[in-house]
Amino acid sequence: MKYLDEFRDGAIARALADEIRQIVTKPWVVMEVCGGQTHSILRNGVDQLLPEGVELVHGPGCPVCVTPLEVIDRALAIAQKPGVIFCSFGDMLRVPGSSTDLFRVKAEGADVRIVYSPLDALTLARRDRDRQVVFFGIGFETTAPANAMAVKLASDEGLDNFSMLVSHVLVPPAIEAICRSKGNRVQGFLAAGHVCTVMGTRQYPAIAERYGVPIVVTGFEPIDLLEGIRRALVQLERGEARVENAYARVVSEEGNPAARAVLDEVFEVTDQSWRGIGRIPQSGWRLAPSYRGFDAAERFDVGAIRTVESPECRSGEVLQGLITPPECAAFGTVCTPRTPLGATMVSSEGACAAYFLNGRRKRGTNGVAAHA
Amino acid sequence: MCLAVPGRIEQISEAQGTRMGRVNFGGIVKEVCLAFVPEAQVGDYTIVHVGFALSTIDEAEARQTLETFRALGVLEEELSGDVEGGE
Repeated sequence: MKYLDEFRDGAIARALADEIRQIVTKPWVVMEVCGGQTHSILRNGVDQLLPEGVELVHGPGCPVCVTPLEVIDRALAIAQKPGVIFCSFGDMLRVPGSSTDLFRVKAEGADVRIVYSPLDALTLARRDRDRQVVFFGIGFETTAPANAMAVKLASDEGLDNFSMLVSHVLVPPAIEAICRSKGNRVQGFLAAGHVCTVMGTRQYPAIAERYGVPIVVTGFEPIDLLEGIRRALVQLERGEARVENAYARVVSEEGNPAARAVLDEVFEVTDQSWRGIGRIPQSGWRLAPSYRGFDAAERFDVGAIRTVESPECRSGEVLQGLITPPECAAFGTVCTPRTPLGATMVSSEGACAAYFLNGRRKRGTNGVAAHA
Repeated sequence: MCLAVPGRIEQISEAQGTRMGRVNFGGIVKEVCLAFVPEAQVGDYTIVHVGFALSTIDEAEARQTLETFRALGVLEEELSGDVEGGE
């Protein structure tokens, strides 16, 4: 990618960091919503370039982390049915259900396959009409258009051996839930660039106004992130709360109309449970009535499965920015990527995994997180 | 799975009634659905997520952003008297 190196330029990063140091007069808490941004921040040490008092907290933007346990258990139940080929993005396979995980049932003989795209699952369904092919359709607004399109194509082609276990989550209601939550410390948001690629920036002005929070649409390269942080801090210092687009090379106000049209056709908005957080009204997508025939939960009659989460894991508080991972007693002790207690440690995009893998084992190791 | 990666469209075709294309990600070429980027042409850069192109990259915007950043760098250099330059 011809711009990639330039958007990683160290001299520009230092200039942006200097600029940020000149702007800041008091402590601020800014949340990056997306797990991809969390990993880029920690991998590139973006947080360590920030002046003392500016704290980044990590948001709920990790689809693997927030997929409810009951949905994982439904996936496991379907994957173990005879004649089923169960397809999933790879990072869902290690997420523990109530008693097992997809890797283990695969090792025990279930036909679980890792695919790169929902189109790969469609290809399998076209190729093997005698088997039921089920795709695990999770993710945020970035992933949803692909999954919606796969269902639409299956419907158009009359592929009656394809179905999808759908558990989609939406970012704006989650931001609102965070703003409303008791003990919320987040004063400004870096909105996830690729969610906005699909949905546009137009979802956010009402939220920025209602809760008095700056929302800056931000990319994923180190200097994109520094620029997003800089713009949020400028607003905070001035007492402003607007939406700004710091990722305009990719994101427009209206988003992607073709993708949104397919989403509107195939999905409908519904209340959704978030693992670790709980139910957020109107924060998810399910199949619309005309596509309900492709709902794997109904086809395999596993919709009634309900489970209860273990109380030990504090990933829900991590996902809402209430604590940083090292504040959890289990972090790095009983809970590691090899022995994960919760989804934020399991997922490669989870905040706990990001802290662990980048050696941020203790609270305050970046010098900025020590003043809650 | 959340990663969306920029690549260059090398070829556009039609498969099962859907707009598809071959996209080059720094040497790795993959088959990608282009249904959501009807405006995209061969040679354009696009952001791809789970096999679907979601957006084309606006070169003018990219250049402008970089110029803004560079101006900032130059300014900073002048103010601080730092002659080291880049990395």
